[in-house]
Amino acid sequence: MTERDNPPRSVYIWVCEGTWRASVDAALSLGPADARFTLLHVTPTEVADAARGAYAGLFGRGGPDPGVRLEKMAAAAAGDLLEAAAERLGRDCEQLEVQGRPERAVVSASAQADLLIVARDGDRARLGPKSLGKTTRFVVDHAACPVLLVWPGSAPDVATIPPPPHHPSPPGR
Amino acid sequence: MLAWAVSRPRGWPEAVAAVPAAVILIAAGAIPADRAGAEVRQLGPVIGFLAAILVLAHLCDDDGLFLACGRWMARTSAASPRRLLAQVFVIASVTTAVLSLDATVVLLTPVVFATAARAGVRARPHVYACTHLANSASLLLPVSNLTNLLAFAASGLGFGRFAALMAVPWVAAVAVEYAVFGRFFGTDLNAGRAGNGPGRADRGGDAGLPVVTLVVVALTLAGFAGASAAGVSPAWAALAGAAVLSVRALARRKVTPVTLIRAADLPFLAFVLGLGVVVKAVTDNGLGGALAPLLPAGTSLPALLAIAALAAALANVCNNLPAVLVLLPLAAPSGAGAVLAVLLGVNIGPNLTYTGSLATLLWRRIAHHHGSAPDLAEFTRLGLLTVPAGLVLGVLALWAGLHLLGG
Repeated sequence: MTERDNPPRSVYIWVCEGTWRASVDAALSLGPADARFTLLHVTPTEVADAARGAYAGLFGRGGPDPGVRLEKMAAAAAGDLLEAAAERLGRDCEQLEVQGRPERAVVSASAQADLLIVARDGDRARLGPKSLGKTTRFVVDHAACPVLLVWPGSAPDVATIPPPPHHPSPPGR
Repeated sequence: MLAWAVSRPRGWPEAVAAVPAAVILIAAGAIPADRAGAEVRQLGPVIGFLAAILVLAHLCDDDGLFLACGRWMARTSAASPRRLLAQVFVIASVTTAVLSLDATVVLLTPVVFATAARAGVRARPHVYACTHLANSASLLLPVSNLTNLLAFAASGLGFGRFAALMAVPWVAAVAVEYAVFGRFFGTDLNAGRAGNGPGRADRGGDAGLPVVTLVVVALTLAGFAGASAAGVSPAWAALAGAAVLSVRALARRKVTPVTLIRAADLPFLAFVLGLGVVVKAVTDNGLGGALAPLLPAGTSLPALLAIAALAAALANVCNNLPAVLVLLPLAAPSGAGAVLAVLLGVNIGPNLTYTGSLATLLWRRIAHHHGSAPDLAEFTRLGLLTVPAGLVLGVLALWAGLHLLGG
């Protein structure tokens, strides 16, 4: 491999519960050789908010706010997940933990990246738009950088594409 | 006036405002002292009952009951998000029914989150399930929800009869939630298949099941039905159960008297008393008269549906606690069926809005916490899917039960 003047390419790997192995594996097999990897995880604030909302709904009860506990546990869990991903990657990498709405946080965090690796997380039984969940769909639609979209596990067969819609028959008989 | 009573700033115990408010109303003659006294006397046993349940749940947590539930879920779900969701539904429904919704929100939800995180699955559906079931699964027993305790006192039903009439509505409400959750969170639930967890070691340890605590809770439950059948207030059974576990925990130096008193949440109990008097004053001074024409009489199916819908609406406008205090005296003359329909409304209804109330101060407090408003759209969409269906099916089940078992 020759020395290049170009700086190393910045590759962001979106690490998401359930599908992160596929993203890390794709980074290893398909990422550029000179890549500078960043493992990106987003903790959705919505989850702790749901617990906090339920607690507020208890209306006057004392006791600890479960939302606060959930936030602490979520931070610890995110750290563990990023560590596991870094171990699987086995290369030098940065770890980036963000809080917020996942779809927007991923788009803004990866805005300057040369590549963002995303795993599908919807219906994996057939090819089609439903193979992308809402969050993943938003990222694919709005990402400011090139996106590598990978299947967790093996991709479904091409035959799983639904048949084309019938051309409406012309009016009259 | 009710809005003022509801949207009090938090940060200090609500009792700080509710008790002086009650005193002012009595002093100003808005409610005669003897009527306020009667309200307090009526609420007294309910509050004692509530305190015993709060202490019981706290001691169950101290003894590791919820951690044991977490371990059981982790072991048997095999990191499948869907199986874990089914288990969360079972555990959260039973916890809410037996140890009250407070236990589910404050004690069980963190354990559920930890279990999901450790299994490497997305915790969103499971945490939302806890928050929803804390409301909709609180229909079964008088102890499941403070609203139930209040209605139980007003309905004149026995413990067993209450449970028998509410069993099918409870199952119906939980079933609606389960069906909606499976579709609504499809993406999150499908994402973690094929053992894609982070593969971390279970740090929960292998402590055994807290058998003694479980047995005491089971005996307490049996005591509820037994005491009620014998004409004794089931609050005594709750008190006995809490006392047994308290003495045991004190003897083993697991708790101090101070933590027990804190678990009983005295400021909250004072708040309920204060709120009871304030609501009584407001009801006597016009609100009751204004609402009475809206509340249909009788226990026909359309009447029950209308009562439940009104109760759900009121629970969302203020909160289910004042809502039930306002509606109970109006519904009680129509019989136990109407009282239980109010409960369906005030217990299932709060899932429609974020904090079970539009009281914006509560909401702003949450928004203030991390500088951005919480995502209400998602929560509200979920509520719109579960609440109307749960209410209709729950009322249908109640109506059928009233016909089969007799009002």
